[in-house]
Formats: sequence, C-alpha cells, structure tokens
Amino acid sequence: MERRTFLNISGLALGTMLIPVFGRAVAAEELLNPLAAKFKKTLADTALNAATGAGASYCDVRIGRYLNQFITTRDLNVENVTNTESAGVGVRVICNGAYGFAATSDMSPDSVANAARQAVAIAKANAKLQPEPVRMAPASGVGEVSWATPIKKDWRTVPIKEKAELLIAANKAGMEGGASFMQSLMFQVNQQKYFASTDGSYIDQDIHRMWMPMFATAVDKATNKFRSRQGLSAPVGMGYEYLDARAEHKVQAAGGVATLYTGSYDLIEDARAAGRQAKQKLTAKSVAPGKYDLVLSPEHLWLTIHESVGHPTELDRVLGYEANYAGTSFATLDKWQSKKFKYGSERVNIVADKVTPGSLGAVGYDDEGIKCKQWDIIKDGILVNYQATRDQAHIIGEKESQGCSYADSWSNVQFQRMPNISLSAGKHKLTPDQMVKDVKKGIYIVGDGSFSIDQQRYNFQFGGQLFYEIHNGKIGAQLEDVAYQSNTQEFWNACSAICDESDWRMNGSFFDGKGQPAQVSIVSHGASTARFNGINVINTARKIG
Amino acid sequence: MKILSQEETRRICDRVMALTKADQCIVKLNGNRTGNIRYARNNVSTAGLLEDTQLSVSVAYGKRQGTATINEFDDKSLEKVVRRAEDLARLAPENPEFVPAVGKQIYKPSETYSKKTAAIDPEFRAQTAAYSIEASRKSKLVCAGFFTDSTSYATIANSNGVFGHQEETSLDFTCTVRTEDGRGSGWVKRSATDVSRFDAREASAVAIEKALRSVDAKALEPGRYTVILEPAATSDLIGFMLSGFNARGADEGRSFLSKKGGGNRLGEKLFDQQVNIWADPWNLDVPVLPWDDNTMLPRERTALIKDGRVAALDYSLYWARKQGVRPIGGHGNMIMAGTSKSTAELIANTKKGVLVTRTWYIRLVDPQSVLLTGLTRDGTFYIENGKIKHPIKNFRFNESPVSMLNNIEEIGKPQVIAGDEVQYSMLIPPMKVRDFNFTSLSDAV
Repeated sequence: MERRTFLNISGLALGTMLIPVFGRAVAAEELLNPLAAKFKKTLADTALNAATGAGASYCDVRIGRYLNQFITTRDLNVENVTNTESAGVGVRVICNGAYGFAATSDMSPDSVANAARQAVAIAKANAKLQPEPVRMAPASGVGEVSWATPIKKDWRTVPIKEKAELLIAANKAGMEGGASFMQSLMFQVNQQKYFASTDGSYIDQDIHRMWMPMFATAVDKATNKFRSRQGLSAPVGMGYEYLDARAEHKVQAAGGVATLYTGSYDLIEDARAAGRQAKQKLTAKSVAPGKYDLVLSPEHLWLTIHESVGHPTELDRVLGYEANYAGTSFATLDKWQSKKFKYGSERVNIVADKVTPGSLGAVGYDDEGIKCKQWDIIKDGILVNYQATRDQAHIIGEKESQGCSYADSWSNVQFQRMPNISLSAGKHKLTPDQMVKDVKKGIYIVGDGSFSIDQQRYNFQFGGQLFYEIHNGKIGAQLEDVAYQSNTQEFWNACSAICDESDWRMNGSFFDGKGQPAQVSIVSHGASTARFNGINVINTARKIG
Repeated sequence: MKILSQEETRRICDRVMALTKADQCIVKLNGNRTGNIRYARNNVSTAGLLEDTQLSVSVAYGKRQGTATINEFDDKSLEKVVRRAEDLARLAPENPEFVPAVGKQIYKPSETYSKKTAAIDPEFRAQTAAYSIEASRKSKLVCAGFFTDSTSYATIANSNGVFGHQEETSLDFTCTVRTEDGRGSGWVKRSATDVSRFDAREASAVAIEKALRSVDAKALEPGRYTVILEPAATSDLIGFMLSGFNARGADEGRSFLSKKGGGNRLGEKLFDQQVNIWADPWNLDVPVLPWDDNTMLPRERTALIKDGRVAALDYSLYWARKQGVRPIGGHGNMIMAGTSKSTAELIANTKKGVLVTRTWYIRLVDPQSVLLTGLTRDGTFYIENGKIKHPIKNFRFNESPVSMLNNIEEIGKPQVIAGDEVQYSMLIPPMKVRDFNFTSLSDAV
C-alpha cells in the first residue's frame, strides 16, 4: 500500500488538509547559512564527470537545500512549529538515448559520483525498452549565474514569537467577528537550488514563498448547522513583506461585500471578516438551482483557470504520459494544429509565464536550466500553444524549451509542470461594479471552494467562499449551497466580459499534485473579475440520517 | 540503506533518551527503501530507487514541547538532535492542550513484512512493466502504469517505557490501458504486503478487458440510478467519511456526526442494517502496524459501524481526557463485511443499473452532509436484465457516502483496495446501491 507521509495540519473533521512533509526538522538559525557556491560547483562537476565517464551523452545535476517552516494555530493555541530541511543531490542523465535518474542525501563526492553512475546504469537498462531516443531541444550553457526572489523581509529572520502572535491575534479577531472556531497557519519556504549541466550552465537560485491559509467556522448547536469561510489571501513568491497589510494594497469587491488584497495582506482584518461572514452563512438564503450569469472574482477564478486551462494544456498530459494518474486532455494536438479550435470567446486571452514578480512560478531558470519567459496559450479565444520542456519542444515545432521543467525535491526527477497561467485583463475600462450593472439574474462569487474536474478536463464543478445574488444590476442577498457545473469549452465561450487591468491580480496553489511518485508544485494564476453567461448552478444542500 | 534490527534501533533510542534531562522524551525512527518504475505510451518513462531514513526526537518541559529530526545516527548527531529539540521546546509557547506521553504498552505484532516483497529488484519491476506493455501492444492498445515497492522499519520509544519495532513491506500497482483512438479506457489497481499475492499478468488483463469493452460509450441521461460499485468506486468515498469520525469535531458541533443541541451521534443508526465496518491491525489481507504513531497507543480490533450504527469515534489524547473516555490507537485500516457473491453475481441480479469501475477527483462539497462530488472513470457500463448491455459515458456524481451506505441492496465479496487519496488500507466489497445521484455527463474517456 502506497504510504505517503503527511502532516495533518487541521483539526477540522473532513475539512482536514493534508500536506506532504519533506525533510528533517532543523533549528531556525541553521537555515540562514547557504551552501557555498564553490562547494556546489565542485560537487556538480564531480557528478557531471562521473556521468560522462560512464557513457552519458548528457547530464544535469541539481543540488538542493529546501527549508520550510510551518506554524499551525487553533483558536488561541499554537499547535505546532516545525522547521524542516532537506538537502541532497539529484542526477539525471541521457545514455543510449534514454533517461536515468538517481539521487542521494549523502553529499560526499564519492556518493554523488556513485549516484551519477547509477543513473547511467538505469538509463542503459531503460534504453533497451525504448524505441525512440530522447530528443532534447538545443540550449546553450549560461555559465555561472544566479537569481533570487526579490524579497524585502526574510521570513527566516522574523522571530517565531512574532509570527505566532500574529496568527493568534487573527484567530482572536475571527472569534470576535462571530466564528466559534478559528484556525490559521503560516507556510514559509526557502529553496536553495543549484543546477549544473553538461551544456555549461551553473545556476544558483534562492527562492522564497509564503502562504497564510485561515479558516473560520461558525456553529449553531440549536439548529445543528455549521459553516466555514476561508481566508482570501494568495500564496505568493514574496518575503514576509506580504503581511505588511498596506492600505494601498486593499481593494473593495463589487458592492463592497468584502475587502480583497493585492501586494500585501491584512490577516487580522480578513480573519475578523471571515468570522462575521461564516456566521452570516448560517442564515443565508439557499440558492434556487438554474442558469445564472456568474461574476467571478480573481480570488475564485484562478482555480477554474488552473483546472480547465492550466492542466489541459500541459503537453505531457496531451501526449498521454499522465494517463495513469492525472489523466489526459481534451486539448489534443489536432485541435491546436487546426489553428481554429475555439477554446473560448474572442475576449479570452490566456498567457503562460514564469516571470511575473510576486508569483509562485517566478524563477530565473527552470529545472533544466532554461531562462524563464512568457508566451501565449490562448489568443483571441483560439488555442495557440502548450506548456513544454526540452524533450517536448520538437513535438510542437518549438525551437527551444518553454522552461516548464520542475522537480519538487532534489530526490525527485524533474518533469513538465505548469507555469503561471493567467487570463489577460480586458482591453476596455470596466470595473467589477460596472460589470454587475449589466446582469439581470446572476451570482457574484468571491474566493475558491470545492473543485472537481474529469480526467480529460471537460466536465467541472466549482464551489466558492462567498456568494451574492445579483438581481437587475444590483448585488443583493448572501446565498449558500452554490456550485456551478459546466464544460470547459462551453464555459470559456460563455465569457462575456473581463474587467480591466486595474482589477487584475493573482492567486494560486501551493500544493498542486502530479506525477508518479506524486510531486507537488506551486503555481499562480492571474485574472481580472470576469463574467460568464448562462451557467448551470446546482443547490448542494442535502439531508442525511 | 541498511534496514536496522530491533536491537539496533533500541540502542539508538536508549542513547537518545539518556542524553536529555527534559520532563519527557519521545523518539521515532523510520527508514525505507522504495523502488519504482513508471511507463506510458507503451514505454518505460522513468525508474528509480530512493532510500531515506529519519530520527525524530520530541522533548517536553512542562507543557512546552519541541521536535527535531536528523538522518545520521552517530553520537555527535544524536547529541545535536536532542539539543535542537530542547532549544525548540524552550522557545515554544505553552500548549494548554498538552498531554504527557503514554506509559509502557504491549504491541501484539502484525504480519506487515514479507521477505519476498523485500527482495524485489529492478528486473522484477521491469518485468512487471513489460507484462502490461507487451499485452497491450498485442491488443493494439496503449498502456501507462506505475509499480512501486517499499521495505521499511518503524520504531517508537519514549521515556515513560514505550518501545515498539516492526518491519513492513508493501507494493502498489496501477495500470491504465486505452485504445489507440482514445475511445476506450480501462484501469486496474492492486496492493499487497506480500508480492506472492500479486500477479501482473492477471491485473493487466483486467485493464485490457475494460479498455476493449468501454469503446463506443452511449450517453445515458443523468439522474438517480441503481449502481453496482466496484471497490475502487467506493474506497475513497467511505475513507473520506471515516476520516470524519472524529469525536472532537462532532462534540464541537462541526461534523455530520454532531447532534442537534450538542454532543455526538455515537450509537445512532445512520446506515443500512447490513453495514458493518471495523478496523483490525492483524487482518492478513490488510495488515498495519499494531500501534498508532501519533498517540503511541496500541491499535485494537474496533467496530466503527456495527449493524448500521456509529460504533466508535476517534479521540486524541487531549479530547479523551477532557471527555473522560478511554483512548485507543487510531486505526490504520478498514474492513467492511461482505458476502461470498462476486461482482458478476451482483450484475446477474440486476434488472436495470450502472456498473462503476472507479470514481475519481472526489472533493467535499458540503461537510454538513458529507456531500462529495467526483466522476466515474475507466469503465462505466449499462446493465439490463442481469447482463452488461453496453458501455456508457462517464457521469459526475453528487452523493453523500452516508446516503450511499443507507441505500445498499446487495453486497459482494470484499477485495483489497488501497485508497487513491485516502490513507487507509481497505478491504471493501462491491455493492449494489439504489438511487445513486449522477448530476451531469462527462465527455471524458
């Protein structure tokens, strides 16, 4: 039985969130001392030489040191503070036209050279079963370069006490706001990644990420009802400055139903609102099922983009490499080759990138040493491209990789992962409030909720956090029990308006799963508020026992 | 990596505990060697071997606790990990819900280890992949699969006298077979502790047959249908529901097991009379460690649902103490009572219905009713007059496992199935269930 190690970070029955635990716990002070670049280069050269000496035609080495800190709180208690470190070396080779991979946590030259030779041996064994050799798109070595997430405050230097007090203050605010129970967490990540390849690249990167999930639950024991509202923060590729709660980073949702956040987040303010709104949900009107025009905030729409555009345009899924796990894709090569496949309405433009500042996907170079960039996936509603790595570029006629290679650990082999996939802002001036004015019968949805989509990405169902009735151009009563079901192509062709650049912001996923053995990735999705006409809404309330 | 013996791990644990003067010390030691092979498009795509080991030390001063881990076991490293745990414990805020570690326990060994599984080598993995690749090629089909095997040990100890050590082996195999035109898809999953219970040829044949039979699916109107759910169609639904058998959530009013006005629904009849589900670490089909890593308490054979009634809830040490309940080790497996009937017999007894091979992408829609949504996948068929009539297009469902287990008409013979996203080893029968709620059609194959 496949046993995975998970850290249960939530006491919420059935709302339980399981996160994979990597590495070993370490004292915070140790996290600040990076491995010397010279040490890493020497170690990398040892592996490169061992691999080529054993017959590899190509080799890349990833020396990783992954540092995480998780703080979990429940009501007024700190449940757990965990520091983890995972360090080691992963070696990938091509020999006789096939891949081989081996990894070791022992960073001695002998052990690393041995891993490289093991990788070559595995490649030689795999080559016997492989009819076509791996074809890597050309890439010139970039020499010795470095890149770092442009952070302003390093989470590693902020005292645990200060962070714990912030989370407890948020929980207190949520309970004052009306929640019966609160939970807030802080995930802090620092990945020190060194990449070297036989192409002549030696790339040193220092990557930082943060996420502050929060859950407010209101209980009415008399009616035996309970409802939750999650926080509206975004996971970010930023430092601790994301918690600065700056006034200029606050925006009002349509109709003033919620405060939303851009460049920084006010955890305490959002917790108080979450407590209040969780309580309001207990008495909110249950939705009447039927067709509605949906007005979706970026805090909601990111997840729909992720599932219905991000995953189906992953080239490995399209080709069948994920058939046994995540599935394949409806967005087949013939649809792309036709240059006519209408993925969405003409106002739908979807862009892939790994360069947007503050995004989870932003790095200087991917895990194949390719410099990151931006490109179109859907242009004026037509499918125009996919997401590819070096060995896939030739399949879609690209001369070079799009830089989509990622591994979640030094111990796992890199493969194609989703870059940031974002809906471009509308070209004409339009605010969410103006958008709502044109809606006769609709629902405004803020925040992401339940999500499910089939293995080829046709049929999906999404919930949300906050739902408001729109009647004759005005936002009305709060609704509950809302989920919408649609088909990807129908949904994106029903896109009837997109707000302008001033409303564009990102959200994303800290734990996106793919591959066997499963690896988690991080990805952001930007959008402005957008409207989708005539979407099927179901009522999810049920009675049991 | 060397799989450490009981004597070796005991020596390490004793050395760690002797290094600290904290009020209590908890030691956990784990090591594993995991091999895998992955294939797609009838070709091996990756193969690998990963070895990992971890020593975790938790110490407490009063109600302050700190944890640190390390993967080296020399004296200097042991000293370092203990000092780190002590430092973190001194920095940690006092936890009002802290409960001291349990005292000495007796763990009756379970059969979690197989020598044959531990001996699996790269050749065996390659051969496993080759069976499904060759058989698929012969039938002009395309397969993708993953085989992984693991050998590991787990050791627990604490300064109040606890010591437990046991070795484990496991394997998991999944294979998806599709027709070249993408109009048919079949799937199979097999899990075992002992590799002699695994047959790659038999498993691949199941996926191949489902792929061939699922071509040319017809659309059936969404709605409520009598369904025959194979074990892989219910494992995650039932597992999901059981993960909510948590006493604290129920007592606090935030669970489907909360009672109106306060308290929980332990003892209430929520399911059909035929439903009996229990946990048993010593079951030979789905053995698990005889202790729960979290509480360090021994696992027991425990009825979870007895004749349709909620028979047990999970208690943390803190909540058990607060509520005055005797806590037991959290369960690691789940066994549902069945009959000797095969899936074929259930089909033969069905006038009109839908056979579901597997459900997928299951997410919680409403915790109040455990309403789950997800989709059927890799073999959905229409049954008429006791026979499979033709394949049908996949459905999205919105259904609560509580309702599902209330609407049982007939139960078959339990089979071993590991959860997809749920972390239990399970023995689940195929079931015939009425009024299963399909809410829309999916074009996915």
